[in-house]
Amino acid sequence: MPNKILLPILLSLLLLVGCDLGPSNIESATAKQILHLGNGTEPKDLDPHTVTGVPEHNIISALFEGLISVDPATLAPQPAVAESWVISDGGKRYTFTLRDNANWSNGDPVTADDFVWSWQRMLSPALASEYAYQLFTVKNAQAFNHGKLKDFTQVGVKAIDSKTLVVELENPTPYFLSLLAHYSTFAVHPPTILAFGDQDQAGTLWTRPGNLVGNGPFTLDSWRLNYIIRVKKNPQYWDHKTVILNEILFYPIDSALTEERMFRTGVLHATSSTPLDKIASYQTNDPDKISINPYLGTYYYRLNVTEKPLDDARVRRALSMSIDRQAITDSITKGGQIPAFTFTPPNTQGYFANNNSIRYDITHAQQLLSEAGFPNGEGFPEIELTYNTSDGHRRIAVAIQQMWKQALNINVSLSNQDWKVYLSRIQALDYSIARAAWIGDYPDPNTFLDMFVTNGGNNQTGWSNSQYDELIASAASEADEKKRYQIFQQAEKLLMDESPIIPIYTYTRVLLKHPQLKGWEPNILDIHPYKYVYLEDSTIDGDQ
Amino acid sequence: MIRFFLSRLLQAIPVIFIVITATFFLIRSAPGGPFDADKVVSQEVIERLNERYNLDAPLHQQYFDYLSHLIRGDFGPSFRYTNRSVTEMIGAGLPITFELAIYAIMIALIIGISAGMLAAVRPNTAQDYIPMTLAMTGICMPSFLLGPLLVLVFGIWLQWLPVSGWGYSPGDKILPAITLGSTYAAYIARLTRGGMLEVLNQDYIRTAKAKGLNTTKIIFKHALRGGLAPVVAFLGPAIAGLLAGSFVVETIFQIPGLGRFYVQAAFNRDYTMIMGTTILLSCLIVFLNMLSDLLAVWLNPRLTLDAKH
Repeated sequence: MPNKILLPILLSLLLLVGCDLGPSNIESATAKQILHLGNGTEPKDLDPHTVTGVPEHNIISALFEGLISVDPATLAPQPAVAESWVISDGGKRYTFTLRDNANWSNGDPVTADDFVWSWQRMLSPALASEYAYQLFTVKNAQAFNHGKLKDFTQVGVKAIDSKTLVVELENPTPYFLSLLAHYSTFAVHPPTILAFGDQDQAGTLWTRPGNLVGNGPFTLDSWRLNYIIRVKKNPQYWDHKTVILNEILFYPIDSALTEERMFRTGVLHATSSTPLDKIASYQTNDPDKISINPYLGTYYYRLNVTEKPLDDARVRRALSMSIDRQAITDSITKGGQIPAFTFTPPNTQGYFANNNSIRYDITHAQQLLSEAGFPNGEGFPEIELTYNTSDGHRRIAVAIQQMWKQALNINVSLSNQDWKVYLSRIQALDYSIARAAWIGDYPDPNTFLDMFVTNGGNNQTGWSNSQYDELIASAASEADEKKRYQIFQQAEKLLMDESPIIPIYTYTRVLLKHPQLKGWEPNILDIHPYKYVYLEDSTIDGDQ
Repeated sequence: MIRFFLSRLLQAIPVIFIVITATFFLIRSAPGGPFDADKVVSQEVIERLNERYNLDAPLHQQYFDYLSHLIRGDFGPSFRYTNRSVTEMIGAGLPITFELAIYAIMIALIIGISAGMLAAVRPNTAQDYIPMTLAMTGICMPSFLLGPLLVLVFGIWLQWLPVSGWGYSPGDKILPAITLGSTYAAYIARLTRGGMLEVLNQDYIRTAKAKGLNTTKIIFKHALRGGLAPVVAFLGPAIAGLLAGSFVVETIFQIPGLGRFYVQAAFNRDYTMIMGTTILLSCLIVFLNMLSDLLAVWLNPRLTLDAKH
């Protein structure tokens, strides 16, 4: 009878299932010093000059090293390829001395000419580097990138000899050294690039395993598309004695839920994200496996100031002041996020915004709205709140919709959009209120505040204020940090008085992290130089 | 036979052509472009990128350029993965998705046909109701629910099977294959039951029984062959559906297959990648449908190929 067929099938399936899994990645990792990391999405490429994005950054920081790196805990600039530097000419001239033992992974020495050649590549118009602006503080770099200057020798970077590099800046830029720790300013190996294409050609095969020559603590071993990128310790790296890890495996994982399951079953040491609904249970049951740290990013709403009734600053402030941010961070995001009443995150390299225009104050918000001609929300048109499709954004939008209804008696409709549709609508100012986020490129208030200058590419609110523009410009040429921060405070005060944006909270990085993982210091940029990272079983609770 | 192939081929060409044209213009009309990003890219950079990928030409020109490359077998470079060609990416993803689909369809056939037969032999008894209730549940249960459930039970509680990967550790192909196959197993069970019940009521089965043939032989030799006809008709579209629809399972189990590329390409507005995968999948669907028609004729001699049109 058919039962006779079905039974053996089921039995054999069970047998197949019952096989021994062997030790998990985590269990065998410590002895081998192999780190397994969840890494968001598949990287676009591994060329430091053409990519953008965090997953790319994580891998490139293992394969390359810049003139400067950062201290893993304080983010203070520290020597990397450059062993020392001298700042002169009122902060406008930097003279770097490259270390003698800095080598490419094929054994060639890293020279000052490599940096000049690489910066020419990075700034060349044809390469179309999206991060070219990272070097615009260098004299004439912007003109060269925009094609107005053809002669690269006029750009402020020169090799005096093979180990001395001189950089001339347009303005004293106190955060210039931090920029040099960003991958867009790293050097690439000229003979390798030229073996696979032209200096200013993007998307050639030089970044493939076997081809790629880097100067970082690791070399590229294998790259399986959408699956695993494996890097191995680089014996040619000048500081290879500090490096403890033998290998790092980067996993591109689209789904936070999948990533969490991989973490739970011992496939990953650390994740790149955490599902919202899992935060509480990890905090209660496995507090040593979840790490929550402040992050240099702000979650905020943009307001389209070219449109009625949002063209009135009183309306914008009323909207901002009637949001109970504490309730949002306590009950929705739940990851220790900090309610934000200013745009720049608190303690951005010692900078604190000085703000008293925005607070949670419903009575004042109602008063402002009534001054603007909408007492108790009467006559206020229904406006649309746009966000890109995501459950987290939706929950926050629903809460704020409700808060505005209760506090101000105004109606807001919600509209979720596919990511690219959302981006194109924001850019075209085809929205009323839109969810947004900004993650700083470098630890300095400038990366937040220069966004809102008139016609700034990332402004996208239609807001323009000549006094604000002047303040941001004067901060750029101010060398004294204290005075510079005071100028930023004035600018930020103005920004909050006018409120073209509603800051909601300062991000935290919430990630799952195995207690084995050591040397992984929390910092506001969430960067973890792998040369200091290692694996060690905890003495008390070493089991997975 | 040859006439059938030729006529099907002639029908397929305009179908594929329409798919290419419609996809090309539809994705171009979707808001947002491949180079829109969170941090706004400067106008100069966008212009140069558009130039690099021929996006600065008039749309109809781009269309004809694309077709002329396509005829030479060139799907173009991926817009997002700057050092990859679409052909390379499909080459990396398709074999994996194909392997997954084969395992899934095998599981679907084994479970589906067994369950369908069980049910058909004793209709309206517990032996019918139990597998058919399970099948109905299977049809209703989406893979984004079943996958995590299986992972929870076999991967996390029992720790029998890996929860992710494809060929990375032993046994990691089992849960994805079962997840993807189970919905189809459920359909196949119902189709087998229906087909078998119809055949079992035919005169020739009654004759076979009267002749004194044993039941097993009747069921396997006579009833199953006819009873499977609807299953075979379902198989072509089912395999095509498995290939096109493996995205969810690939995401749940972290499998580097074509499904993930396909969906990511749409989100990223990676125009050439969307085109490449769409063309490939539509060719596969046309081909598999043809194959399943051929099989149907082989199983049911009353059908002939030439009479079908």
